[in-house]
Amino acid sequence: MEKKAIVLNSKDNVATALADLAAGDTVALEVDKKPVSVKLVNPIQFGHKFSLINIKSGSPILKYGEVIGEATKDIKVGEHVHVHNVASTRGRGDVVKGAAK
Amino acid sequence: MSFWGYPRPDGSVGTRNYVAVIPTVVCATATARQVSDNVKGSVPFLHHQGCALTPDDLAMANRTLTNLGLNPNIAAVVLISLGCDPMDIDGIAEGIARGGKPVEKLVIQHVGGTIATVEKGTRIARQMMSDASRLTRQQFDDSKLMFGSECGGSDTTSGLGGNPAIGAAFDILVKKGGRAVFSETTEFIGAEHLLARRAVTPEVGEQITRIVRRYEERFLERGVDMRGTNPTKGNIEGGLTTIEEKSLGAISKGGSETIQEIYEYGDRPKKGGLSIVDGPGFDAPSLTALAAAGSTVMLFSTGRGTPLGAPFVPTIKVTANGATFEKMKDNIDFYVDLAKKDHIGEIGAELYAEALQVASGRQTKAETLHQDWDNGLFVVGPLA
Repeated sequence: MEKKAIVLNSKDNVATALADLAAGDTVALEVDKKPVSVKLVNPIQFGHKFSLINIKSGSPILKYGEVIGEATKDIKVGEHVHVHNVASTRGRGDVVKGAAK
Repeated sequence: MSFWGYPRPDGSVGTRNYVAVIPTVVCATATARQVSDNVKGSVPFLHHQGCALTPDDLAMANRTLTNLGLNPNIAAVVLISLGCDPMDIDGIAEGIARGGKPVEKLVIQHVGGTIATVEKGTRIARQMMSDASRLTRQQFDDSKLMFGSECGGSDTTSGLGGNPAIGAAFDILVKKGGRAVFSETTEFIGAEHLLARRAVTPEVGEQITRIVRRYEERFLERGVDMRGTNPTKGNIEGGLTTIEEKSLGAISKGGSETIQEIYEYGDRPKKGGLSIVDGPGFDAPSLTALAAAGSTVMLFSTGRGTPLGAPFVPTIKVTANGATFEKMKDNIDFYVDLAKKDHIGEIGAELYAEALQVASGRQTKAETLHQDWDNGLFVVGPLA
């Protein structure tokens, strides 16, 4: 069976869609060779991300086993994870506290 | 393995045998283009800089044009300046001549205008091309190659498949004793710790951190969020959310070997193996830096699809986005099927085999469609 989404590292809290997926779809995934299934809250376009777990506002978003940004809202399992609910912590000249590491 | 290339007097080996027509300044760019139009086998380098630059940018422009001229894919160079421009045409010519290749200089204000310069330049370039065409390809070990890698028009497939396939091809070449270079410092932000760990010494690791900080500080100083600039609008539509996410995917185009050396935009490596040239994420001037570093085959991944090639360097376009591959087949050379992601090493070996064919003369799509003239030069600014 062709994979509908991929999780790159066992630490990750997001998956990347490998097809256009509809809201309400249940997506079967493999995390660390163990099966996981996630019911989608939103439609997820090819290449976009959805949450594998509930993520609290302010928590790190993990992909490739690394931090790719911070949740700006509470994100529910199966929700679209993108610019509307994730902020970068780097190159943020617009944020007063943001200073280069 | 081996390929068929052109030996150069400095010991390097080219994969192409061009006469380059290089303007020092934008005021000479159209004239350079007209000279090149007249002579089959010659290639212009079109750019829009060369005047009103800060001292740092001026030095960067001079060394970039010098090292571009030294690229092994070039047999001989015609330099064209305006005359009142601040560029150091004599220094550029001397630098290129040190590589043992013929160089001629034309100054438009001295020769007497465009038509006279085009006439003189055409005679010179025609003779250079005639001389260069006597050289035939010879067989060389693949360790004489230098790969450059670029990613542009990225989406999430770039980090999943396109860049890892290129990285696997890089690893093959570096293990064989060849050289490879990657860049796009902006797209190390958030992934610099992974690169620093692979540096040959702690000092080289610190240099990686330093060049990343220098780029990031330009955004902090201006008080703007870099999102929208990088990742771009198109990157975001393609699913990339932050610069960190883009960077973590982008660095895989450098493979996994030890990073030997970091150098400035426009410079070339002094050592063998894998190196990083400090440059922007903006593809066009980034490709110029990779060509100036001495790359002889370029591997370029794209998710959204971009036609752009590198100046003087055959560019293989790679995508892991199936829809892009179908839609932009005229521009994309190599498809990475994400269903086979677990076999990225084998895909990298296929890409490597294709790179050897291209090194031996097979034309890439960017090359046949003339997508390799208009890359331009990087400037930090401000422009005066």
